[in-house]
Amino acid sequence: MADKIATREAYGQALVDLAETYDYLVLDADLAEATKTVKFKKAYPDRFFDCGIAEGNMMSVAAGIATTGKTVFASSFAMFAAGRAFEQVRNSIGYPHLNVKIGATHAGITVGEDGATHQCNEDLALMRTIPGMTIVNPADAVEAKAAVEAAITHDGPFYLRFGRAAVPTINDKPDYKFELGRGVLLADGKDATVVATGITVSMALEAKEILAAEGISIRVVNIHTIKPIDKEILVAAAKETGAIVTAEEHNIIGGLGSAVAEVLAENCPVPMLRLGMKDCYGHSGSVPELLSAYGITPEGICEKVREVIKRK
Amino acid sequence: MEKSTRETLQQLAKNIRIDIVEEVAAAKSGHPGGSLSIADVMAYLYGKELRVDPKDPRDPDRDRFVLSKGHCAPALYAALAEKGFFPKEELLTLRKMGSRLQGHPDMTLTPGVDMSAGSLGLGVSAAAGMALAGKIAGKDYRVYTIVGDGESEEGQVWEASMFAAHYKLDNFCLILDWNGLQIDGPIAEVMNSAPHKEKFEAFGFHVISIDGHDFDQIEAAFNEAKTVKGKPTAIVMKTVKGKGVSFMENQVGWHGKAPNEEQKIQALAELNA
Repeated sequence: MADKIATREAYGQALVDLAETYDYLVLDADLAEATKTVKFKKAYPDRFFDCGIAEGNMMSVAAGIATTGKTVFASSFAMFAAGRAFEQVRNSIGYPHLNVKIGATHAGITVGEDGATHQCNEDLALMRTIPGMTIVNPADAVEAKAAVEAAITHDGPFYLRFGRAAVPTINDKPDYKFELGRGVLLADGKDATVVATGITVSMALEAKEILAAEGISIRVVNIHTIKPIDKEILVAAAKETGAIVTAEEHNIIGGLGSAVAEVLAENCPVPMLRLGMKDCYGHSGSVPELLSAYGITPEGICEKVREVIKRK
Repeated sequence: MEKSTRETLQQLAKNIRIDIVEEVAAAKSGHPGGSLSIADVMAYLYGKELRVDPKDPRDPDRDRFVLSKGHCAPALYAALAEKGFFPKEELLTLRKMGSRLQGHPDMTLTPGVDMSAGSLGLGVSAAAGMALAGKIAGKDYRVYTIVGDGESEEGQVWEASMFAAHYKLDNFCLILDWNGLQIDGPIAEVMNSAPHKEKFEAFGFHVISIDGHDFDQIEAAFNEAKTVKGKPTAIVMKTVKGKGVSFMENQVGWHGKAPNEEQKIQALAELNA
């Protein structure tokens, strides 16, 4: 776990790095400095268009551009991309299945001091309900760049979830390979499986160390693709470890926890607990304070694991 | 406009109106009022203005048309069928299970439909996006969109207008169908979206006000729009909702109601007279 980089930084850099390989435009809604599309704006000013503070219009404009055969990224904070512009995403982009790639940054409570109005813990739930929408929530900078490339080469609407806060880089390995729709078995174990996504993936790896000292062995699965979700890896984890904990920086309703519960309930029900925002709004504060206050920490994961094992 | 051209367009508009009545009557639901109010401009667009080819509906160099007030799909389908994008008999499948003619336009199903639209305000933004894409690609196609006067109560219409003017989309032509009525009553009573001319001017458009049932004025407006450089054009088109069917004209109740068999016969008799 070397340097810490925010996935939004990796997003902006990926847009620049991939610009000569692929043909695409980038739109933003007056947040380029924050979403980091500003990197692309500076490098490729002719391919960048600011839409101003009008996210609904931006999504439908993106759809119109996409009808001409051009791939287009549309960026804003998750709150506005998935929240405010939900209906435009659903009707202008989703329904005609157009090649619009939504780059949503500042997802979850790690927005920090801006507080609850800007901390979107509902975007995965909203986007999951749109037929044909592919959703990726990368765990680190390496995965974020790979996800951007996957979005470009994938045919159809795509939602990319990025964070504001710097997170540990865990995928900087020579054999790293991103496979859309495939979960990643990061570490094996026998007593339970922690299924994590985004910033909770590195926390799950930390939790594994803590629990190992207590004699508890956990499997860690990274689900970067929230939709379509990798049923195979989840069912195998349920069968082989007998208990599941999900961890996400999102409401426990509608996000990873719900997606995993849906798979397990229909295929292999085992004791399961969800860690995340307990159907509540966030608060202003520093990122460490917030994560601690809402229990989205390695220790929070450990507690859920200890509890779920008792239910086996 | 030459007499023969006007007569051809008048005949096309008449056919579109007949198609609208038959479509909506067969579907037993739909929106005849606002479809009839745009029948003349639809006849002009598909009869004379748009560079489109029914044999190549996805030609990348074609002009685009987005019916942002998508509930008036019967008028769009009629124009497309009259132009030969699909068989006219298909019009009677409107809104039925298995039909390519959805209640609101679906670009993935219907040949000639350039954008799925119908949730109000969204189509005009998509049209602006198409116009921007044309500029970027160095293409000379133009993009037309029809927006309802009731629809202009949606904030997104003005977000899109700001966008079109900001990016100097002079290949973008917005047509506002000012028929004065919306579902709950006269626009002036429900939520007054007027004055449209002044609003579009303030948003940076070149604005042309016309009678939307006069082909000479429609032609002059579209020709003028093509000469405008550096800004989009809005054609504010005064129309009569339900135009051509006496008992539907200027009647709020005919926004979204289908004629029964007797009413259909009367409407067709009037249109064929």
